[in-house]
Amino acid sequence: MDDTRRSFLKFAGISALGLGSVSTLASLMPGSATASDESSAPHYKETKKALTAKRWGMVIDTRKLTPRLCEKMIEACHKAHNVPDHDNERHTVKWIWTDEFEHIFPMKQNEYLAERLKGLPIVSLCNQCNNPPCVQACPTKATFQREDGIVMMDFHRCIGCRFCMAACPYGSRSFNFRDPRPAIEEENDDFPTRMRGVVEKCNFCAERLAEGKMPACVEVSEGALVFGDLEDPNSEIRKVLRENYVIQRKQNLGTNPSVYYII
Amino acid sequence: MKDKGKIIVGLVIFVVVLTFPFWYNHGVATQAPEPELTKKAKKADKCVEETAYMRKEHMQILDKWRDTVVRDGKRMYVNANGKEYMASLSNTCIDCHSNKEEFCDKCHDYASVEPYCWDCHTYPEEKE
Repeated sequence: MDDTRRSFLKFAGISALGLGSVSTLASLMPGSATASDESSAPHYKETKKALTAKRWGMVIDTRKLTPRLCEKMIEACHKAHNVPDHDNERHTVKWIWTDEFEHIFPMKQNEYLAERLKGLPIVSLCNQCNNPPCVQACPTKATFQREDGIVMMDFHRCIGCRFCMAACPYGSRSFNFRDPRPAIEEENDDFPTRMRGVVEKCNFCAERLAEGKMPACVEVSEGALVFGDLEDPNSEIRKVLRENYVIQRKQNLGTNPSVYYII
Repeated sequence: MKDKGKIIVGLVIFVVVLTFPFWYNHGVATQAPEPELTKKAKKADKCVEETAYMRKEHMQILDKWRDTVVRDGKRMYVNANGKEYMASLSNTCIDCHSNKEEFCDKCHDYASVEPYCWDCHTYPEEKE
């Protein structure tokens, strides 16, 4: 009996070794089948016109802001992205909005605030933080950070838990308490709407950048908004940052916003 | 076994009720609908992939498109023949298949599938 067991184990061992080495050898063979059909296999790529950057950023020059200009920017953005305009203030959905200085920069107010800033509407939008708390909070990875720094939402994956809204220190996110479609005056066919029960926010016009266009708000800003690559030392935005003293919103929280303000 | 009769009658009623949908609908099954093509779709002859593949796998390809566009930011689809398409439901697909009721809904209704694409994506206006 011992003899047969011994020979069986030997046979099994050698067979296993043989089978293992066959697949190893096959993968080492040059020009195997996998390499040849890669070129013709369906694949995906970026659009040719796409604007790309290592980290997109924005500078808002409050010296150039006027109430009319802010209105124009909000309208351009909300039209482009099918943002609903609900009658009830508690259902408000916003991607870009205005507020007073002391609300935008709560730690920077003082009793002798410059005359110019009193009552001046200052535009605010998602800060596209480099260290975004909303991304950490999202349990479904519906909110994620792209390689170019844009904090994006995959509306398909949002379950409407609103953790991101609690995590965002800037109030940049809105929840669709109601079906947004009836509250959209004129639907833009180039961008989807949302449905009831999802969160939405500014996406730095990722869909426009892919077409080689600047964000909608920047386009109509008459120079008040500068948009560009923060990591390219030769970009226009870096030139503006070199020449001006800028502040970020709630800098002490460590979110490192990509939106800067010239006061 | 005093209640033998009652039990058997009960069982017969139970079986009849249980199998009711099967024999009631026997032989009246409607024919599977054929999706209708618009003139533009007919002229193009071929979709982004072979027709047989699209019939079977269009939901998979749409799912892949959506993930690749939203999450990877890659908006161009290059098919096996090297032809490029914008990976977009509302623009590319609906550009040819602009007859949602005749093309999408017909089969989806028949198969009792309720895709929620149009909850958000722009509803194509019926053309032709």
